[in-house]
Amino acid sequence: MTTDSTPGDRPRTRGSRGIDRAGVVIALALAALAGVLVWDASRLPASMTYGMGPQAMPIVVAIGLALLAIGNLIDALRGNLPERESADPKPVLLILGGLALLIAIIGLGGGFILATSALFVATSAAFGRRAILADSVIALVLTTLIYLAFDKLLTLSLPAGPLERLL
Amino acid sequence: MIETFAALAHGMAVAVQPVNLLYALIGVFLGTAVGVLPGIGPALTVALLLPVTYKLDPGGSLIMFAGIYYGGMYGGSTTAILINTPGESASMATALEGNKMAKAGRGGPALATSAIGSFVAGTIATIGLAFLAPWLVDVAVKFGPEDYFALMCVAFVTVSATFGDSPIRGLTSLFIGLTLGLVGIDKLTGQARLAFGIPELLDGVEVTTLAVGLFAVGEALYVASRRHHAEEKLEPVRGSLWMTKEDWKRSWKPWLRGTMFGFPIGALPAGGAEIPTFLSYSTEKRLTKHPEEFGKGAIEGVAGPEAANNASAAGTLVPLLTLGLPTSATAAMMLAGFQQYGLNPGPLLFAERPDLVWGLIASLFIANVMLLVLNLPLVGLWVRLLAIPQPWLYAGILVFATMGTIAAKPSVVELSMLAGFGVMGFLMRRFDFPIAPVVVGLILGPIAESQLRRALQISLGDPLTLVQSPMSATLLAIALIALVAPFVLKGLGRFKASED
Repeated sequence: MTTDSTPGDRPRTRGSRGIDRAGVVIALALAALAGVLVWDASRLPASMTYGMGPQAMPIVVAIGLALLAIGNLIDALRGNLPERESADPKPVLLILGGLALLIAIIGLGGGFILATSALFVATSAAFGRRAILADSVIALVLTTLIYLAFDKLLTLSLPAGPLERLL
Repeated sequence: MIETFAALAHGMAVAVQPVNLLYALIGVFLGTAVGVLPGIGPALTVALLLPVTYKLDPGGSLIMFAGIYYGGMYGGSTTAILINTPGESASMATALEGNKMAKAGRGGPALATSAIGSFVAGTIATIGLAFLAPWLVDVAVKFGPEDYFALMCVAFVTVSATFGDSPIRGLTSLFIGLTLGLVGIDKLTGQARLAFGIPELLDGVEVTTLAVGLFAVGEALYVASRRHHAEEKLEPVRGSLWMTKEDWKRSWKPWLRGTMFGFPIGALPAGGAEIPTFLSYSTEKRLTKHPEEFGKGAIEGVAGPEAANNASAAGTLVPLLTLGLPTSATAAMMLAGFQQYGLNPGPLLFAERPDLVWGLIASLFIANVMLLVLNLPLVGLWVRLLAIPQPWLYAGILVFATMGTIAAKPSVVELSMLAGFGVMGFLMRRFDFPIAPVVVGLILGPIAESQLRRALQISLGDPLTLVQSPMSATLLAIALIALVAPFVLKGLGRFKASED
């Protein structure tokens, strides 16, 4: 949300003093966040009361973020970030795709069971399972049981779609 | 003294009501079952189980929380011993020796010394909590808003900067949390901040959404991204579960010493259980009569840190209950549990709802006993939970993680925030930013702001009010020292690394 760099950087060897590009991106993102805070605070009307208005705290936090952006930038330029192992972006994207599917199904009124089943199958595939059909069956059974347990037993309201209305 | 006994007895009367005993039992069971899953620490256990307690009455659900809290801790150490993936840094010391013991076929005694040590430490520390709390409440009622603000500054600094690996990265996490805390309608003036015209953001960022996103979704993404590195291996529990006479002889002193480290450090706003567990580990390493076993599975190295871990968990409840000050991610989640019912822990809660507070404290004793009685016989069940194949395990975790948000607020915005926090948690893990300060910042930031503004309103805008109260001046000085110290003494933050 606040940092915006792509996963999957190449591994770095320890003690390398090169510039860490991901670190620079983090520093820039922090600076941008500080800017957003200042911009948002500037739109608030000045307060008439004694003491601090609602805009004071965002400014304080923005100053802190700006200082930390500088600190992070120095660390990144010196290559002082802890070493990272290589990361595989494919499973990450697969899980995020599952989450996107879940959000879309909930948003379109597809209901809890279909939405979480989609996430289940996507996550399972991200962790290396290739049996999509079997996993879909497992997911549907599992989420239906969860739905029944929480919606009927604990009276927690979970969104209902076509499948839930059959129950 | 006598009042404490009376209050505690009253709390016991609340806690032993059959329905409350049942809640404690369910809490202990669920807490252990979820906490045992690899990669799930106590904070996430509490966050995931918050929706389960949604519809209960506050008393019953807080009692369930006591069970979940202790159960989650116990589950975490089981995972650390059997597969060497500590769910949280506080179990790292346990994993060092415990996993070696399991590999050598002594997993049973390792689990036993950790369970019994947790019981001993938890009981002593809960007694400490019961006697320290009323005293602290007496001090806290005299606190003005400026004192509270100063106290929160101390907590901010110690949680993020003083004891971490890098003060810069810790503070960065804290300020991200503070930023998230600003989102929503300002309580004093009704102005919307950082809402960008999105109505869902006016209520602010939900603590559970943040915690579940950072911990559960972030962890799943992180583990998935590095699946190609190493497969974790589950050690079967071979041989006897019971400790020999020799094991007992080598365990009881580390239990007590670990408690002595854990409780005071946990009770101070000093940021969680890492410090006492590692202090305990290095102390046992120094005092042991079997130095050759350290690094190869010494029982002292499990007994001490486990006791320290549990004692500090009870210790963090002291500032949480008496001052409303969470000093670890788990404590922050407990606070979110209170807030779910509109309850604010602090001196007022002791005065207004003694049944609730003392019922909770009494339930901690009961949860402790239940854990001891239940968990060793049930260890076979926990081991089976650990054997769930990774794809289904993480798929199930994510289904549960999203279910909490779907149940609370089934909106596209809220779920997108969950996913966004998940990405943030993934990046923070990848770039080694600590996660607890974000949660603490989100929860404490708005409280600190309102205390500061109240203080300045009372003083008619004079900022000197912050240093005119001796209490607040002292606390601010402590915060300043704790902030500057790690930069001055660069070695301070590194003592953890030198321990292994």
